[in-house]
Amino acid sequence: MANNDILVMIDHAEGSLDSTAAEILTAANGLAKQSGGEVLAALCSSDSGSLPQKIISLGASKVYTITSPVFNEINSDSLVKAYEAVIGNTSPKVVLFGRTLIARDTAPRLAFRVNSGFAQDCTSVEIDGDSVVLERPVYGGASVARVTFTGDFGVAVIKAKSYDAAIEDSSRSGEVIDLTDSAGDLTSRINLVDRQKVESEGIRLEDAGIVVSGGRGLGGPEPFDILQELATQLGGALGASRAACDAGWIPYAHQVGLTGKTVSADTYFAIAISGASQHLAGMSAVKNVIAINRDEEANIFKAANFGVVGDWEKVTTAFLNMVKELS
Amino acid sequence: MPINILVTAKQVLDPETPAGALKIDNDAKRMEAPGNVPPVVNGYDENAVEAALKIKEAVGGTVTVLSAGSGFVMDVIKKTLSMGSDELILVDDPSIIGLDAYGTAQVLSAAIKKAGDFDLILCGRQASDYDQATVPLGVAEILDIPPVTMAMGLTVNDSSASVARVMDDGNETVEVSLPALVTVSNEIGQPRYPNLRGIMAASKKQPTVWSLSDLGLDENAVQAKVEIKEIFVPVTETECEYIDGDDDEEKGRNLALKLREAKII
Repeated sequence: MANNDILVMIDHAEGSLDSTAAEILTAANGLAKQSGGEVLAALCSSDSGSLPQKIISLGASKVYTITSPVFNEINSDSLVKAYEAVIGNTSPKVVLFGRTLIARDTAPRLAFRVNSGFAQDCTSVEIDGDSVVLERPVYGGASVARVTFTGDFGVAVIKAKSYDAAIEDSSRSGEVIDLTDSAGDLTSRINLVDRQKVESEGIRLEDAGIVVSGGRGLGGPEPFDILQELATQLGGALGASRAACDAGWIPYAHQVGLTGKTVSADTYFAIAISGASQHLAGMSAVKNVIAINRDEEANIFKAANFGVVGDWEKVTTAFLNMVKELS
Repeated sequence: MPINILVTAKQVLDPETPAGALKIDNDAKRMEAPGNVPPVVNGYDENAVEAALKIKEAVGGTVTVLSAGSGFVMDVIKKTLSMGSDELILVDDPSIIGLDAYGTAQVLSAAIKKAGDFDLILCGRQASDYDQATVPLGVAEILDIPPVTMAMGLTVNDSSASVARVMDDGNETVEVSLPALVTVSNEIGQPRYPNLRGIMAASKKQPTVWSLSDLGLDENAVQAKVEIKEIFVPVTETECEYIDGDDDEEKGRNLALKLREAKII
């Protein structure tokens, strides 16, 4: 049986594809060219609407749909069963997920169910001869491991922003195949009781072009007011290091890093942040990093394009005032 | 109703070790800390022990800690006992170090089955060395119990658990019937410091030690599904341009002028 096809598992919410979907379709298209196979996609939803067509226009040649009211609220217990059915009806060489919260649960569970290898948070995936080669940060981003699956196929989660988004082309055609009947009972053993969304003000951290982040060196919660003012002035979003979140100075929704969010900003201000690998892993795609830190030995300067060694408060306040003057 | 909780814990390289001090051992395909830096219990696993002890205080029961690895430093891993756990089980086997998530989950699941009946299995949300967040989900799949990840709050009532979860854009509460597996995030609260009484009690306890063959596992059962080809330190070529000035205020102003000139702001 040919197993050259690349299967992508598509995440979505409120009728729109997750931003990772177009990224993993780019990765999948590259792999399919190398393997000589097709790009297949799986979509589990309560109502697929126009999403299958959209996935085809992004480069998939077949979209497998599983439609059930259980997906009104996406949960990994139901998803893993549905995805298992999709794998049972295809024979992929590799299965790709985008790095979303639900994929972080579903992808490893699926790998165990289908008895395959699994790699989390990969920054690259390639085919080398017969094997799939993946790279992923380890030891808090201090190093990178190059890994490969030992068996016939494997499951991988691709870290956000590792690939450019595929461009929509509505002239592409493909097939939509309904697998709802072969999925069986999709009931979840885990019941959602309540969900509270924390609406962050202004622009989303992950989407912001400019991010102003603060760390442990700020010394308390109040300084984030100055950083917020700077972020607002620049039309950007407010970020933080894990140390600042752990200290309770700012909610975890602002955390940038390996265990927080990955930003795709062009410009990143790291203010009073030491620059642990853990933090750098969340901002490795940034073009311009500006570091302000009193410690000239701080690791952040190794990742910075522009650096100021000095008291964060004096430097930042003067900087903010000058930015206001210039605008 | 008293409940029996099992917590998994991993001995890891201290994540506070400066990245520059770590050495790559490419034969063993892993990183090593300098000899004078002792390992630690993975931070999130300490959060899981804390969560277990709080439940025990609320409803009664037992807390058993399970760790699989090799080269255990007793003073380090016994911290879970001095925090207040009742029992410590070590699966100590040199081959465990080289296992992938698949093999590790097989080992932990086999040990959990051998150790007894548990209502609740708690794990840290991920380990600070490989950050895969995979082994707990594998254990849940092998034991066929529902997993709930990223707990920031956890209460047990009769035969079910209510779990508050950290989400990307807020939080949610789910209900799951026991037995279940829950992974714990740091938002659940700081792990307690062992007090003198805890340390004394722990010093009198000896961990139960098993090998892979005690668990009826052979090489085939734990064979890797993922092979590490190489570990390397990524090359960063960023050249930092330092902004100067007579004082910090002037540096700040000069930074603004520089970034404007470079059309960055």
